[in-house]
Amino acid sequence: MTFSKILIANRGEIACRVIRTARRLGLKSVAVYSDADKNSLHVRMADEAVRIGPAQALQSYLKKENVIEAALKTNSQAIHPGYGFLSENYEFCNMCNENNLVFIGPPPNAIRDMGIKNLSKNIMTSANVPVIYGYHGEDQNNEKLQQEAKKIGYPVMIKAVRGGGGKGMRIAFKEEEFLDQLNAARSEAMKSFNDDSVLIEKFIQRPRHVEVQVFGDMHKNYVYLFERDCSVQRRHQKIIEEAPAPGINWSTRKKLGEAACKAARAVNYVGAGTVEFIMDENHEFYFMEMNTRLQVEHPITEMITGTDLVEWQIKIAQGEPIPLKQDEIKLNGHSFEARIYAEEPNNEFMPGAGLLTYLRTPPITDGKIRVETGVLEGDEVSVHYDPMIAKLVVWSTTRLNALQKLRAALQQYYIGGLKTNIPFLISLCDSKKFQLGNVHTDFIKENKQELFHVNELSSVTAVAAAYSYFDYQTKSSASQFVSDPFSPFALKSSFRPNFLQKHNITLLYDNKDHNFQIESLDATKSIVYYQGKRYNIEIRPGTADADEITMLINDHQFHCRLLVDGDQLTFYSNFNRTSFDFKHRSPSFVAALEKSGGTEGGTTVDPVAPMPGIIDKVYVKEGTHVNIGQPLLVMTAMKMEHIIKATKTGVVDKILFHPGQVVKKGEKLLIFKQDDTLKQDDTVKQ
Amino acid sequence: TRLKQAPQRCYSSSINENYCTLKTTCDTNSDIYKTNYESMKTVVNKLKTTVEKVVLGGDDKARQRHTSKKKLLVRDRIQKLIDYGSPFLEFSQLAGYQLYEDEALPAAGIITGIGQVAGRECVIVANDATVKAGTYYPITVKKHVRAQEIAKENHLPCIYLVDSGGANLPRQADVFPDKEHFGRIFYNQATLSSQGITQIAVVLGSCTAGGAYVPAMADQSIIVRRQGTIFLAGPPLVKAATGEEVSVEDLGGADLHCRRSGVTDYYALDDTHALHLARRVVSNLNYTKQQQVTMKPIIEPVYAADELYGIVGDNLKRTYDVREVIARIVDGSEFDEFKQLYGETLVTGFARIMGYPVGIIGNNGVLFSESALKGTHFIELCCKLKIPLIFLQNITGFMVGREAESGGIAKNGAKMVTAVSCAQVPKITVIIGGSYGAGNYGMCGRSYSPRFLYMWPNARISVMGGEQAANVLISITADQRKREGKQLTAEEENSIKSPILSKYEYEGSPYYSSARLWDDGIIDPLDTRLILGLSLSASLNAKINDTKFGIFRM
Repeated sequence: MTFSKILIANRGEIACRVIRTARRLGLKSVAVYSDADKNSLHVRMADEAVRIGPAQALQSYLKKENVIEAALKTNSQAIHPGYGFLSENYEFCNMCNENNLVFIGPPPNAIRDMGIKNLSKNIMTSANVPVIYGYHGEDQNNEKLQQEAKKIGYPVMIKAVRGGGGKGMRIAFKEEEFLDQLNAARSEAMKSFNDDSVLIEKFIQRPRHVEVQVFGDMHKNYVYLFERDCSVQRRHQKIIEEAPAPGINWSTRKKLGEAACKAARAVNYVGAGTVEFIMDENHEFYFMEMNTRLQVEHPITEMITGTDLVEWQIKIAQGEPIPLKQDEIKLNGHSFEARIYAEEPNNEFMPGAGLLTYLRTPPITDGKIRVETGVLEGDEVSVHYDPMIAKLVVWSTTRLNALQKLRAALQQYYIGGLKTNIPFLISLCDSKKFQLGNVHTDFIKENKQELFHVNELSSVTAVAAAYSYFDYQTKSSASQFVSDPFSPFALKSSFRPNFLQKHNITLLYDNKDHNFQIESLDATKSIVYYQGKRYNIEIRPGTADADEITMLINDHQFHCRLLVDGDQLTFYSNFNRTSFDFKHRSPSFVAALEKSGGTEGGTTVDPVAPMPGIIDKVYVKEGTHVNIGQPLLVMTAMKMEHIIKATKTGVVDKILFHPGQVVKKGEKLLIFKQDDTLKQDDTVKQ
Repeated sequence: TRLKQAPQRCYSSSINENYCTLKTTCDTNSDIYKTNYESMKTVVNKLKTTVEKVVLGGDDKARQRHTSKKKLLVRDRIQKLIDYGSPFLEFSQLAGYQLYEDEALPAAGIITGIGQVAGRECVIVANDATVKAGTYYPITVKKHVRAQEIAKENHLPCIYLVDSGGANLPRQADVFPDKEHFGRIFYNQATLSSQGITQIAVVLGSCTAGGAYVPAMADQSIIVRRQGTIFLAGPPLVKAATGEEVSVEDLGGADLHCRRSGVTDYYALDDTHALHLARRVVSNLNYTKQQQVTMKPIIEPVYAADELYGIVGDNLKRTYDVREVIARIVDGSEFDEFKQLYGETLVTGFARIMGYPVGIIGNNGVLFSESALKGTHFIELCCKLKIPLIFLQNITGFMVGREAESGGIAKNGAKMVTAVSCAQVPKITVIIGGSYGAGNYGMCGRSYSPRFLYMWPNARISVMGGEQAANVLISITADQRKREGKQLTAEEENSIKSPILSKYEYEGSPYYSSARLWDDGIIDPLDTRLILGLSLSASLNAKINDTKFGIFRM
């Protein structure tokens, strides 16, 4: 059969990605959306769109019945699940079949078998695919698991049997940690997959994460499209991927590919799948798991093979054979994908959320740069979903050329309103070890020093940033009130008769004050005094980009831009490696008024949300006496758990949130009783 | 090669209008140009170094004492009050300059000017507490009252940044009793308010005695806690009068006036907060500036402004064509000259300055009857057309002599004086050279109420030239001697002449004039165009009324 209309049971960039290919193939597309996404890009792009529930994923994108109903209502013939959500849910797959809808993906059995980790490994062992030693047993008794862990030998990895994406995954380095980590893994697994079964594996030091893209069709054909290396991870989640894997010779490549095909064949696989291997320093590899869906990082495989994998998925789902035979699939060049997340690398990669107040993607100079995104300027990165903003994919003939291109593109990716990992990704591109291809899953941890350093602030950068902020303030001041558009009083020259009026500007960088004095000579020429030196500044006619300022500082001309978000300033210039984050100090009266406007004065010791998220559990009650460090409540963000601990010993006075409520970053979660009250209580007791 | 850009025109598509651009004969390589340039540069530099010292305010100690109380210096206050990075048209920086022999009074201890606050042009009057504790000397009062006059004539809201110890007691006789003295400030506040000209007071320091009426007479007032105080009598006076002992804060602090007395309306935590509140107050004034004139896109003059130095110089005896000055001030150097071939010693014509239409009247020599008639005609025209007038004053006077008198120079000059006096369009005068005798009247001197009057640093102002005055006095004395049958010796002649010359030299100086507020400031010729633009913009806040002229003697 051939399709004329498909429904995409997903959101964000992947939904957009599928819609694009569908449109190119002449298929109509149907988007589904939650209330949080009603204005999202994927909804705007699709031919039709159906609301499937409120913001919470469990009640919308994970609600199988609603998705099926949407497909039936719109007369869609097939459902593309994207990745995440229902993509590896065999019950959903069954429901599709029951409703005569084609699930664009593998048969339900393959999903189920591969989704259960120990079962998948058993299948692989019998198919002669190398498997890593571990406990995949059904006895989930805690003592049993601990025994097995001891047998395997620490460190061990505890993973949710039905897990993926790092969720429900914990490492125990010592026996003493085992039970704590086990509980954490189980709790996350329960929440994400409604199944808290875990498996225990040997934890390999400095392993590489290498995965192979495979395809199977209904005619028992299997091909591989070479491997990807996704070793560089934080929080057990991928951050940068490349294809092919660096430093791997052709015989290993072939072995990997064939092992992957074997794995696919063992479960009668149909469609796109990824077989993940763990690879040690001697390039020995072991089967880890098979992802029965299209991966986030599939574009790098497309880049090196010249294919469109979504097109392949659709064709195979229509019953067609795989478009290419194994010997027709050629590996060409090298490709990287960088995932751009709303997160704070310097704060343990804490996920972020908020409004994208400014968004400029790098210029697409040729077909070899792809920006896969599901958001536009003005969109919100919601706490309900993954904080990925975009994927940046580049291709070039060699690995180093591709890396160079990636770095350049990252430098031209401007995001305002929330913190992103872009500066970190640039540091990664600049890392010698990364350039050499020395990657493994502990790469970030081992190279902390190199990757997380505060950028050295050069005086020209400081001056350019200060001037940009001056320029910004001048331009934004009062323009909305001007009653006479012709008035020369609106000229921004700081003109005074017979003398030059200095403007003082103080910017904070790396918690240090930097003081500048600016004298405007006319509308384009100024003098900036900084650290006892004088800098001549001239604003020059620049590029077509209105947000860019072209500046001449002491005969050095460059382009720069400044993003201002309240007191936070992000300065970009094309002579610096990465952006610079400054803070502007608001006048003290602002803080004083805000403080006096609240219920109490003084500095707070009450615990606050470390990031945006949802309150999951509250362990304490109003009136509970707690000791410092005691867990108070649990919040989740991106399905990762964060335990909020007592910041002091004392009595809980007020709990401000209930489970299920959404909190913003920095919001106060509960209030302790004032110390003096506590003392009074004590005296009463005496 | 000195043409910076070809002006864009839109009057006619088929005619090349380049011929409307003023031509120049200025030779920048000539010796005379270079000499002129250097001498003008010297007087401008002197102006700037003088102003540089003045803008510091009080001495180091006074400024340090001020800032140590977390108070902002007066110019920093103004900077925070006006729109970020916008111009401040400051007036009479040299008021009080060398006026009170032993006492320096930088800027007369009060900063006045026009700045844009929340998009709205306002008159700002700010006490400088680092200068004699912000007390009012006679010239301080004059400068304050002049700023209010500017507000009145141009319909501009007033913002008073108050930080003053009140009237200067030793000089009370010259500060307190007369019509244009201290009391006039409050009279003006009341009458300006009645005309819809908002009065805003920001109390950043003390407002004692009469000063207390500044916030009390204001439409809206702001006060800084633990810093601003308002009372009719301070604690010492209260104790002397009633025996009551009270602290400054309890007697007239922000808490008292915002919570109990109701003298002030907004409570600020510090200077920055108070100034921000003032901006909010202005943004709520719901004022619209009516557009009364046609506008054109701004085109810079074709010729470099600094050539004015080389053309004008500082020697008033050396003549030049005033069109060379006009060419460096007006948009695109375009000047549509009116009656070019008639009464040639007065140049009249239409042009634009920073987009605003203006009628320009400039001197090219002594005024003859024809010149005066031409000037009268032109002023009538501008009044009818509601076009602001710019006077470029460089005038020795009206023509004298039998022929001139018999030609009716007195009545023809009177016509021009009548026209200038009655004209209701904004008038702005720049004294670019000499300002002598009745020439000063005909060319809109201070007595003729130009909205603004500026002087170039090379300018001179007196009833006649020192030389002429000395000669008049010599001839009177010689006549006297003759009657006594004596002869005036060369020595005696010299003893009359040289003190007169030096007196006229001293009193004719722009510094002498500016110190006494005979003008609104000495300006760098380079800034003339911008300052005229700012002044025009400010002046157009007031409605241009129809002009009714008096009797023109025919």
